[in-house]
Amino acid sequence: MNMSVAVTEKPIISIASGKGGTGKTTFAVNLASTLSENVQYVDLDVEAPNGHLFLKPYVDKETEAKVPIPVINDKKCTLCGKCQEACQFNALLILENSSMHFPELCHGCGACLLACPVGAIDEDYRPIGKIQEGNSGKIKFLSGILNEGEAKSPPLIAQVKNKISSDLTTILDCSPGSSCPAIEAIEGSNYVVMVTEPTPFGLHDLRLAVEMVRVLKIPFGVVINKAGLGDGKVYQYCKEENIPILLEIPFQKNIAAECSRGNLIVEKIPGMKKRFLECYNKIMRQFRWGR
Amino acid sequence: MKIAISAMGNSLDAEVNQRFGRTRWLIIFETENGEYEAIDNSDNYNAPQGAGIKTADTVAKKGCKAVITGHLGPKAFTVLNRAGIKGYNCQSGTVQEAIEKYKNGQLTEISSPDVKGHW
Repeated sequence: MNMSVAVTEKPIISIASGKGGTGKTTFAVNLASTLSENVQYVDLDVEAPNGHLFLKPYVDKETEAKVPIPVINDKKCTLCGKCQEACQFNALLILENSSMHFPELCHGCGACLLACPVGAIDEDYRPIGKIQEGNSGKIKFLSGILNEGEAKSPPLIAQVKNKISSDLTTILDCSPGSSCPAIEAIEGSNYVVMVTEPTPFGLHDLRLAVEMVRVLKIPFGVVINKAGLGDGKVYQYCKEENIPILLEIPFQKNIAAECSRGNLIVEKIPGMKKRFLECYNKIMRQFRWGR
Repeated sequence: MKIAISAMGNSLDAEVNQRFGRTRWLIIFETENGEYEAIDNSDNYNAPQGAGIKTADTVAKKGCKAVITGHLGPKAFTVLNRAGIKGYNCQSGTVQEAIEKYKNGQLTEISSPDVKGHW
């Protein structure tokens, strides 16, 4: 069997899931480790990044992520209310004698700046999280960390993605679900790996995620984690929908034990690295078809 | 003086709505002549965020000086406070009964936000 990894193209592979806790990070860090060089692991699950627990990176750079917020100059403001009309997020309010701003509701879109007829709004910045850059062996490591209590992660996800090197194979460890954070993370990638578990919950959320990826028109396949658990409905669904199953990670105590110790299963479980490599080759074949 | 009451329906017979920001209806009552206006608050009822702010803004722009409701979240409270509008707690009864209680000084003022957002 030809086990060589195609390195002629530099794909961006998103690791996503509908349901949380299915094993996105397990798959992502182990895939990164399997490829071992010319690869970057990017943790975009910024509300709960945990790839560092497995890759144990050396972080040599940390930057603050910020979003723009309006600052109203009371001396110039005529309380006309145009900014309030322009704001789609109810973050600005003009009362009879004063203006109010709710930064936590602000999406930083800048509409109020454009709407203000007298130039009374200036742009300031508000920190929302941080971005870590480093390496784990030869794997480049990037991670976004959203500040506690912060409601909106997409701006941080976008800023982490800006730091991706285009000359490396990219593995994006995305947020679960099928809403804004997941879409922000997945958009622009060449392939999506959906990690699921063979349970009714796994299937329910997988269907939603499949719907999302089909709208984004990105080729995708499914990895079944905890295979052996639950029922056969995920398999049946994938067959009906013609979705390739890329890999099965068995529901096994020794695998769970290595994960809970923060170990990489491709290093600890015999034969696992070979299966991840086969999985990667499947991705690359489908990746080229999808272009 | 105008007062606003969060209501389950569009008349004085409707129950007081315990929610302020996402109340379905607002009754704006003029104490001097007993006339009232029912405002459909469904836009704010369905707003993804900032419902309390917008509903408080509606009340302020209508020139109300008091609000009768169940509870006030932090943002609604902040806006009403800034606009100089006092909030009063009324746990049950119709809008009509709430107005009577208000006139008789039987309602307690809400002196700080008494629920969190999205309660």
